[in-house]
Amino acid sequence: MTGTHLGMPAFPEAAREAVRDEVLRANLRHATHTIRDKRARAVAELEDWDRLRAAGKAVKDHTLAHLDRYLLQLEASVTAAGGTVHWAADADEANRIVTELVLATGEKEVVKVKSMATQEIGLNEALEAAGIAAYETDLAELIVQLGHDRPSHILVPAIHRNRGEIRDVFAAEMGGWGRPAPEGLGDDPRELAEAARLHLREKFLRAKVAVSGANFMVAETGTLVVFESEGNGRMCLTLPETLISVVGIEKVVPTFRDLEIFLQTLPRSSTAERMNLYTTMWTGLGPSKGADGDGPSAFHLVLLDNGRTDTLADEVGRQALRCIRCSACLNVCPVYERAGGHAYGSVYPGPIGAILSPQLRGTGSEIDATLPYASTLCGACYEVCPVAIDIPEVLLHLRERVVQGGPVTREGIRVRIRPADGHTAERAAMRAARILLDHPGALRAGERLLARARRLRPRRLPGPGRAWTDSRELPELPEHSFRDWWAQREKAGREKAGREKAGPAKVEPAKVEPAKPEHEKGARP
Amino acid sequence: MSAKEQILARIRRALPEPRPDTGIPRDYLAVHGARTPAETVDLLAANLTEYRAKVHRVDEDGIAVLLRRLLAERGSESVLVPPGLPPSWTAAVDATLIHDRADSTAHQLDAVDSVVTGCALAIAETGTLVLDGGPEQGRRRITLIPDHHICVVRVPGQVVDSVPRALPLLDPTRTLTWISGPSATSDIELDRVEGVHGPRTLEVVLLGAQ
Ligand code: SF4
Repeated sequence: MTGTHLGMPAFPEAAREAVRDEVLRANLRHATHTIRDKRARAVAELEDWDRLRAAGKAVKDHTLAHLDRYLLQLEASVTAAGGTVHWAADADEANRIVTELVLATGEKEVVKVKSMATQEIGLNEALEAAGIAAYETDLAELIVQLGHDRPSHILVPAIHRNRGEIRDVFAAEMGGWGRPAPEGLGDDPRELAEAARLHLREKFLRAKVAVSGANFMVAETGTLVVFESEGNGRMCLTLPETLISVVGIEKVVPTFRDLEIFLQTLPRSSTAERMNLYTTMWTGLGPSKGADGDGPSAFHLVLLDNGRTDTLADEVGRQALRCIRCSACLNVCPVYERAGGHAYGSVYPGPIGAILSPQLRGTGSEIDATLPYASTLCGACYEVCPVAIDIPEVLLHLRERVVQGGPVTREGIRVRIRPADGHTAERAAMRAARILLDHPGALRAGERLLARARRLRPRRLPGPGRAWTDSRELPELPEHSFRDWWAQREKAGREKAGREKAGPAKVEPAKVEPAKPEHEKGARP
Repeated sequence: MSAKEQILARIRRALPEPRPDTGIPRDYLAVHGARTPAETVDLLAANLTEYRAKVHRVDEDGIAVLLRRLLAERGSESVLVPPGLPPSWTAAVDATLIHDRADSTAHQLDAVDSVVTGCALAIAETGTLVLDGGPEQGRRRITLIPDHHICVVRVPGQVVDSVPRALPLLDPTRTLTWISGPSATSDIELDRVEGVHGPRTLEVVLLGAQ
């Protein structure tokens, strides 16, 4: 993984700045609360949610346990279907492969479907250095790109920008990239979307090369899947002559049938809809493609490692590779809500970023060393995760690594890292937490209690209770203030959601018994 | 060592043998709730409507008139049709029929007002249409570039209850396009705006005995 953003301060400093930014906080609050409440309703519609969640976790764990086999099977399937597979051990290698593929077509521009993997490797910058312009086509990514900005959320990367700011960016920047914004552009979202439609359509219709990621790759059939809503994905995957997909090796699933799980859990966790508006599934070039102009005539798949195999080597940390990038954990995280996505200093913000980035990049930099502290360990991220990643568990594990040192795998080599000097990271992190939560005492107590409780408490029930605990956490043994605080917040949110939507909205049963708040400011709005 | 060998070697070092082989629990539901075929079609209609598609019901005798009306109401002067679309469906249409040809370019398609297609199947629980490029659906690009898409679903025959019911009926070697409403974005302050890059209007015709 490429380094942190240039000049990026460590989490505490970045968070301090973000917390002071009133506009940013208001935008984020509105966004995270809206999506969070909607998600709870969408999930509650499926009575078998916990079983789907357990199945999704099992598919991912099984695939990771046999990753070499499934990648080889995927390679064979994609090749048989007319695609070409490339392997990239790190960001530089992936960037080089893509750049060479683009240059070989003789083209100097590409259209892009929003993709975390290509952001992770800094592909746009690498292409630019080779004289190739890469146009982001997702509306939010366009806003970010035109604004010379960085994404702050997995799903809605420009969530930190309000309509007035977007209008200004479009008016000032569109002309420099192609079709300018219409004269007198207002700040109505409809007008702004129309401006983006006209600006980008020009690019879609003439583009010869597209670059995408993928949400899933099916080993059995060689099928790749992209979920989206705007149609920009369909445009990029359909119209150009050459399609290059850069995908993390952890995105493989064994069978076509496995998609039935994620097609149900991903949209509901992500956009809180029963199904995302558009899903495209393609298999190599397919039997009829290319000849009749239905889809690209050349397809390249770049399989990206870039720290994933190092993460796989960590028995506790490897569960982060189950992530399907739904962003549900961001929307429930009290720290993300206050600090914003930029504070995490990586393309993966929020709770998942706090465990994924330090594993992909190592904890060498100050920001990566402090990321495992960017959490209150309230557990809300685990509760909503559709593949049941125990984010608090991994956070604690990584904190231990930072503070005490120990064995880690870096670029395939087992090394021991030394403890951080004088627990620098922890001290820095506590400062951040204080600013973020105004409850330093409670936070410290909560962290200690939770850390201890998590070690002592049985993770699984024995006997017939086992099936139940396979997809659920046992209730906390000791009550502590952050759980209560969280339960109260959730309850208030659900009541609000219930009031807003007429009719008896079925809501997710609270997994934590709401208890009396231990401190007066327990229930924050 | 090639990158491939390197990555595979790292995986093998990370996962010492023997590897656990836990099964996948598939005790999740194939269908959510019990419904008659008619209720399944109603659910499809309700879910499509909630996602802002316009739903119409008609029988074989009425489809030609309905399609003429829908196109006329929109003022469409040209309508794109895939090669295998039943000619009886468009028999009464006033707009100029444009047959999709392999060599028609994206720019040419951009000048067309509407497109009429069939589908491979539709999923009631999620309100989703699935297109697989069959003769009644044509190339992917024709349902993408024009701003108005009318999709005809034969009911109840082409309607399945759920996602798990849909996948076994689909051929993964064909490119599959799943559509659940008109193109939309919520990227600006989470305000939903229809029609960013795909069709802004999606009309679904449920074709069957009324
Ligand atoms: S960690 Fe879980 S909740 Fe967070 S983005 Fe990944 S899959 Fe979604």
